[in-house]
Amino acid sequence: MSTTHTIMTEKSDAPALATPVAGEPEITLEMAKEHGLSQMEYTMMLSIMKRPPTLTELGIFSAMWSEHCSYKSSRAFLARLPTEAPWVIQGPGENAGVIDVGDNQAIIFKMESHNHPSFIEPYQGAATGVGGIMRDVFTMGARPIANLNALRFGDPSHPKTRHLVSGVVAGIGGYGNCVGIPTVAGETNFHAAYNGNILVNAMTVGLAPADRIFYSKAAGIGNPVVYVGSKTGRDGIHGATMSSAEFDDESEAKRPTVQVGDPFTEKLVMEACLELMATDTIIAIQDMGAAGLTSSAVEMSDKGGLGMRMDLDKVPLRETGMTPYEIMLSESQERMLIVLKPGAEEQAKAIFDKWELDFAVIGELTDTGRLQLYMHDHCYADIEVSPLVESSPKYERPHVPTPAQAPLDTSADYSNGKPIFETALEMIGKPDLASRRWIWEQYDSFIGGDTLQGPGSDAAVVRLPGTSAAGTVKGVAVTTDCTPRYVLADPVEGGKQAVAEAYRNLSAVGAKPLAITDNMNFGNPEKPEIMGQFVGAVDGMAEACKRLEFPVVSGNVSLYNETNGQAILPTPAIGGVGLVDDITKTATISAEDGDTILVLGQTHGHLGQSLYLRDIKGQETGPAPSVDLDAERHHGEFVRRLIAEGHVNGVHDVSDGGIALALVDMLMANDKGFTTDQAMADEAEAFWFGEDQGRYLLATKDPEAIRKLAGDSLVLTTLGVVEGDHIHHGEHRTAISAYRDHHEAWLPNYMAGSTAQ
Amino acid sequence: MFSAQYSRSFAAINPRQSDRVPVAMPAALTTALKAAIVVFPGSNRERDVANALERASGQKPTLLWHRDTNLPACDLVVLPGGFSYGDYLRCGSMASQSPIMQAVKAFADKGGAVLGICNGFQILTESQLLPGVMLQNTSLRFIARKVHLRVDQTDSPFTKHFEPGHVMHVPVAHNEGAYFADDATLDTLEGDGRVAFRYVEADGTMSDRGNPNGAKRNIAGILSPNRRVLGMMPHPENATDILHGGIDGLPMFTSIAEALAA
Repeated sequence: MSTTHTIMTEKSDAPALATPVAGEPEITLEMAKEHGLSQMEYTMMLSIMKRPPTLTELGIFSAMWSEHCSYKSSRAFLARLPTEAPWVIQGPGENAGVIDVGDNQAIIFKMESHNHPSFIEPYQGAATGVGGIMRDVFTMGARPIANLNALRFGDPSHPKTRHLVSGVVAGIGGYGNCVGIPTVAGETNFHAAYNGNILVNAMTVGLAPADRIFYSKAAGIGNPVVYVGSKTGRDGIHGATMSSAEFDDESEAKRPTVQVGDPFTEKLVMEACLELMATDTIIAIQDMGAAGLTSSAVEMSDKGGLGMRMDLDKVPLRETGMTPYEIMLSESQERMLIVLKPGAEEQAKAIFDKWELDFAVIGELTDTGRLQLYMHDHCYADIEVSPLVESSPKYERPHVPTPAQAPLDTSADYSNGKPIFETALEMIGKPDLASRRWIWEQYDSFIGGDTLQGPGSDAAVVRLPGTSAAGTVKGVAVTTDCTPRYVLADPVEGGKQAVAEAYRNLSAVGAKPLAITDNMNFGNPEKPEIMGQFVGAVDGMAEACKRLEFPVVSGNVSLYNETNGQAILPTPAIGGVGLVDDITKTATISAEDGDTILVLGQTHGHLGQSLYLRDIKGQETGPAPSVDLDAERHHGEFVRRLIAEGHVNGVHDVSDGGIALALVDMLMANDKGFTTDQAMADEAEAFWFGEDQGRYLLATKDPEAIRKLAGDSLVLTTLGVVEGDHIHHGEHRTAISAYRDHHEAWLPNYMAGSTAQ
Repeated sequence: MFSAQYSRSFAAINPRQSDRVPVAMPAALTTALKAAIVVFPGSNRERDVANALERASGQKPTLLWHRDTNLPACDLVVLPGGFSYGDYLRCGSMASQSPIMQAVKAFADKGGAVLGICNGFQILTESQLLPGVMLQNTSLRFIARKVHLRVDQTDSPFTKHFEPGHVMHVPVAHNEGAYFADDATLDTLEGDGRVAFRYVEADGTMSDRGNPNGAKRNIAGILSPNRRVLGMMPHPENATDILHGGIDGLPMFTSIAEALAA
C-alpha cells in the first residue's frame, strides 16, 4: 500500500468515530438483552461495529433488528409467496404495493397491524394504526380513497372486551373521519384466544397516477435530507421493541410506549406531501413509522447504497433536553423524511409553510455508506448502513406441522331437533354473526361521494375518477378476510381459504381480483408449533395466490401475540383488491321479489370447524373445509360473467354459517321473504349450515339462462323463490323482520351492558 | 331554467327502490351560479359539496383559502364539512376567528347567502351568524348513517324545490351534532319559520327514535332571520348522485342554483 493512498484514506474516509458522552453507560450484554437483542445478535453487532457501540448505536441496532422491523423470523418463509403479475408495478419491499389498473391509474395499498399498542391503549393504538398505514400509502404518491380494517377481540364475557371494542372502534373512526377518508369495509371476530392479545389490522387503498409513484431509494451525494411534519417528542420510544415481545400481567405498564395520534396534522402532512409531489422536487420519501427516524434514515440510505449525515440539533423537538438516543427512537406520529433535489429547499419549504408544518433540513446524503449522527458537534453514532440491514438476523426457526384434526364421527347425530330456520334465527344473533352496524356507523363511509357499496357488502366498491379508454367509469373493489378457526385446525387449508374468500368476495360484486396485501398475526415464533402454523399458512396462501393469479404485493407480520404463554388463533388476514371495469355492471347482495335463488358450487355438508358446530353444538372440532382452487377460479370467473352480462340481480358468497345464513343475509338486505323449494324440505343441518368452500348464492329472474350457461361442469342447486315478507320452509314460517331485529340487537345490547355476552 | 315540475321529479325517485339499476342522471343544468367554498386546513368535504353544486348548476365553484381576507364576487359562500383546525377545542370555534370569516360575516350582514354544512354549521353558530350550539351526540359516539329529514320550510333559496313536509334520506356524519338552544330561542326559531329541516322517521313522524343525536326538537337545520343563511348537520351533498343510492339531496342544490344565480 502506498503512502499516498494511506494519507488519502485518512483524509476522506476516516470514520467520525462515535464515542459515549459523559454519563452514558458502557454497553454490556445485559444492556443489549434489555433492548431485546439475543446474545448472538449482540455478538453480531460487535462484529459489525468492530468496537463497543454507544448507547445511541445500541438503540438503533435494537430497533432495526426487532422482529417488527427486521422480519427476522418470517423473511425466509415469506419469500415463498408469489409477488408478480403483469399488472404489478411494485411488490413487497416498499412502503406499500402498487398495481396498474389502466388509464394511467395505479392503486397503492397495504395492511398493517397495531395489535400490541391497541391492547395497551385502545383508542390511541388503533388511531395511530390507521394514521401509519395512511402515511405508507400517501408516501408513495397516492391520495387515500378507502380505509378498511380487520379486528379480533376476546370473548365477549371477558371483562376487558367491551372497553377494547369501544376504544378501538372510536380510535379508528376518530382518525379516519377527521382525515376525511371513507372507511368502507372490515371484519370483526370474537374468540377467547384473543383475550390477552386483540388484533387491530388497518388497511388503506390509495390512487395515484401510474407514472408518478414515489419510492424510498435515496440518491445523489450531497442532496438535502429534510424532516417535515409534527415535532419529535418522547412518545413511542421502544414501540417497535415492545411490539416484538410477548405480553404478561405487567404489560399495561408499557402504556408510555404507545404513540398519540393527531389526525388533523396527518391531514396537513398528506395535503402538503401531495402538493409537493405535484412539483418535480422529490428524489425519495419515506414516512417515519415503527422505529421512527432510525428506520426511515437507514432504509432510505440502504436502498440507495449511500451514507447519511444528520445533525440532530436541527430536528424539530416538542420537548427540551431530548438526547440523540431519544430522538432516534421516538415514534412520534405524522412525520416524514424526504430527500430533495438540490436547490429545491425553498420551493418545498413554501408548501409546508402554507400548511403550517415544520420543515427542517437536518442532513445530507454522503458517499461514506455510513449513518453518522451529530448533536452539539459530537458524533453519537457512526454505523455502516449496509451490514445493519443486509446482515440483520434472519432465522429459519424450527417448525412442526400442525397435526391433522380427526374427522367428525359420521355416525353421530349433528341435528339440532329444531326447524332449520329457527336455528338460523338463533345463530344470526350470535357474536360472530350479529350485525356490525354498531361498529361501522362510527366510521364515515360516505365522505368523498364515491362509495358505491359500503359496509355490509361482500366487498366495498369505490368509484375511480375519470372515464376509461373504453368509455366506462371504473371502480375498485376491496375486502378483508380470514377465518382463524380454520387456520388453527389446518394452517395450509386455512391459509388457502383466507385468500380464496377474498377472491370470492371481490368476484361477488363483479370485480376482477388483482392482488392482495397480507397481515400475518401469529404467536411466539420461537415455539415450533407456532412457527408451524406460520409456515403452513404461508404455503396455503402461496398455493392459492398462484392458482388464482392473485399475487401478494405488500404485507406486514405481527408475531409474539401471546400473553402468559397463551397464543392467539393464527390469523393471516388478507386484504384483497379488484377492479370493476364498469361501475354500472356490479352486483349487491340484495334480491328482488320473484327472484329464484340458486347455489353455485357443490354442497357436501362439511360441518368441521363450522359456526353451527361451535355456536349451536358447542364443539370446536373437525377438519377445516378444504379449498378446491380450480373450482374456486371457475366459479369466480362464472359469477363475474353473469354479473357483466346482467343475468343476476344479487350475488352473495357462502361463508360463515353456510347456505342458511347467506340466504338470510341476502333477504335481510332488502327486507324480502322467501319460500324454499319442495325439494329442500328434507335437507338436514349439514346441508344448510355446512361450510363447504367455493360457493355463491345467485338471485335471478331467469334461472334457466344460468343453467344453460353453466352447462354440465358447474353444480347449481335451486333453493326457492323470493316472495312476501316471511321465510317459509316446510311448516316453519318466520317474519324477515324478526331475523333483522335479532341480527341487529346483539352488539348494541352488549356494548350497552344489557347483555353479558 | 327549470320548472317546479322538473324539480319535483327529483323527489319522486325513491332511492331505496332505485339503487340497483343506475338510471340516467338528469341532464346537466346550466345557470350562472357563482359559488365560493371556504377551505380550512381540516376541511374534508369541500370536494363533495363542489361536485353537488356543479351537478345542480353546471358551474364549478371557486375554492377560497382560510387565510384569504376578501371574498370574490359571488352568489353563495359555502362552509363545508370537516374539522377546520382539528376541532380539538370546541368545534368551529377557532375557525370562527379565522381571517376569512370576517369577510363571510360582512357578506352575510349585507344579505349574502351562506350555507354551512356539518362543521360549517358549527362555524356559523360559533360566529353567531346563527343561534345555538352543537353538543356531543347523546350516544357519545360518532354517528355516520342515513337519516330521514323532513323539510319544514320551503320558502328559502335553499329549499324552494322541495314540497312542504317532504321527507328525504341523506347521511349524517358527526360526533358533535346535537343542536341546542334555550327554549326562548327555539320558540323564536319555530315561530319565525326558521327551522328548515328536522330529523324524523321514514313516514315523517317526529320522535326520539328518528333523532340520531339528541338535537333539541329534532332540529337538523336552521335559517337566519332573512333566510339567506342556512346551517345544517346532515350531508345532502352525499345524496346527489344515483350511485350514492339516491339523489334525495339534489333538490337543495337545484334550489340554490335557481334562486341564487345572479
